[in-house]
Amino acid sequence: MPIFHRPRYSTVQVKKKDIPQGLWQKCPASGEIIYNKELEQNQNVVPKSGFHFPIGSRKRLDFLLDEGSWDEKDSDLKPTDPLEFKDQKSYKDRVATYQKATGLNDSVIDGFGKIYGIPVSIAVMEFKFGGGSLGSVAGEKITRTIERSLEHKIPCVIISCSGGARMQEGILSLMQMAKTSAALAKLSKAKIPFISVLTNPTTGGVTASYAALGDVIISEPGALIGFAGRRVIKEATNEDLPDGFQTAEFLMDRGLIDMIVDRREMKDRLRDILSALYLKVQHKKA
Amino acid sequence: MDMKYALDFEKPLRGLIKQLDALHQLSEENHIDVSSEISAIEAKIEQTKRSIYSNLSSWQRVQLARHPLRPYSLDYVNSIFEDFREMHGDRQFRDDKSILGGTAFLDGKAVMIIAQQKGRNTKENILRNFGMPNPEGYRKALRLMKLAEKFGLPIITWVDTPGAYPGVGSEERHVAEAIAVNIREMSQMEVPIVTVVVGEGGSGGALGIAVGDRVLILENAYYSVISPESCSAILWKDRSQASKAASALRLGDQALLKHLGVVDEVIEEPLGGAQNSPSEAANSVGKAVRSHLAELLKLTRDQLLEKRYARYRNLGDLNDRRVIDFSEAAS
Repeated sequence: MPIFHRPRYSTVQVKKKDIPQGLWQKCPASGEIIYNKELEQNQNVVPKSGFHFPIGSRKRLDFLLDEGSWDEKDSDLKPTDPLEFKDQKSYKDRVATYQKATGLNDSVIDGFGKIYGIPVSIAVMEFKFGGGSLGSVAGEKITRTIERSLEHKIPCVIISCSGGARMQEGILSLMQMAKTSAALAKLSKAKIPFISVLTNPTTGGVTASYAALGDVIISEPGALIGFAGRRVIKEATNEDLPDGFQTAEFLMDRGLIDMIVDRREMKDRLRDILSALYLKVQHKKA
Repeated sequence: MDMKYALDFEKPLRGLIKQLDALHQLSEENHIDVSSEISAIEAKIEQTKRSIYSNLSSWQRVQLARHPLRPYSLDYVNSIFEDFREMHGDRQFRDDKSILGGTAFLDGKAVMIIAQQKGRNTKENILRNFGMPNPEGYRKALRLMKLAEKFGLPIITWVDTPGAYPGVGSEERHVAEAIAVNIREMSQMEVPIVTVVVGEGGSGGALGIAVGDRVLILENAYYSVISPESCSAILWKDRSQASKAASALRLGDQALLKHLGVVDEVIEEPLGGAQNSPSEAANSVGKAVRSHLAELLKLTRDQLLEKRYARYRNLGDLNDRRVIDFSEAAS
């Protein structure tokens, strides 16, 4: 047995203190200190260790899409409160807090863009908006993203980052899984490519609908991906969770994910896949 | 204790029934005529039942949906259909006994049954995994639904699950993917699908067999995005606030489900719940299934698929209620 044993999987658990604020950050993987400015220029990936910090949905698009190609849609869609839901806080107040914190109306931004000139209909989930939860608005935006792919016969890219369905909108949130998946069935029939990109974390109803239905499923390294929460599984089964359970690497080993791609290489990789499946010819590199 | 009125809010009934039993005993042992007292208590029992059951809270409905004597899917299947022939296995991994499937006949016509099934006792529950399917259950269901599609059989699905099984193996074999694929494939299935939520409609675990053209729900069943216990654990940081969570989620509010378009019909149950008269409950369910199926069988294949897409496409509550011509965009 080797003295220095490198774990096969590394679980990324981003705690509040890991989210960049202040002047510099400590990398949770290597302990290395890195300046925020450098981190930002590097898409919130620690240069040496490759640790992926969370990145906001708009910043992600800045790095992913050709400059000036972003054409946002549906930004006027806002959530309602069909159940008049209240726990210790009212849903209305929670939504107002999320909207203020993110500058978004709900947890998805969607529209058209280009990746090295290849047109895509694209949606990105924003975790900071209520844990990226899937409610009526997010479901509608994802569905419209898919329908615009169909209408314009261009590939669909959805970048997921979500804790799952939005409890506060009750059963209608569950129904968004059916709505989005039904739209994907049409896209699949029309033979238009759908690339699903999973980021940390992608769980619950999002994994159990569109996120798992990509023609190609890509994940960022170290991302937590699953259906049930780790604590729920532990409580229900009294089983010890295996090393690396529910990480992207674990799931690629077990056949769910096509490839794990570093955020800094995501744009190039999407170009390669989209040119293979959509253009069907090699795309000239910029 | 008599399991019949075992729930906490049924306590007044238990007291009255005890009194009634005592009176019966008294009359038998001492040959006294207490018939007027007996009928007075019987009337009071009826009245108490009406007052309890006409005003159920969300949490009380959840408890009824989980009642140990409540008829399960197979009770309905065996009472409504003939010659149910179970077909096992997903042809990939194993046979999941928490989702059953097979052919049966409804008034002489062939259908495919897909049913989530709970156990009546500990031994059965271990076999059925408490009605919590693993991925292979969903994959078996899909295999059998495709078989139905191939031979033109309508599909009747029966939902009764607390949720998909939250286990290590379940995740390792990608239960989320199994559910997602079922949802997608059901949306394009070229035969009619009628879904009946008979007990617990637990989240994605329910939806994985519930993308019907028509979705029917029993009066005391619930259909929810999350179990009240998990919702309570997340929002109240405490699993014991499930009753608060149930009412915040408005579980058991079948009128709301219908208003939102999530279900098409609410099936009335015998007073106090289906367990008080399983045959009466099965009659009502049978009647509802027949009438919805008859309507669906009048549609052409294209009409069926278009209506099903529209049904799910329109679910959601937005500030912008403009109607989208989805059929155009998709053609």
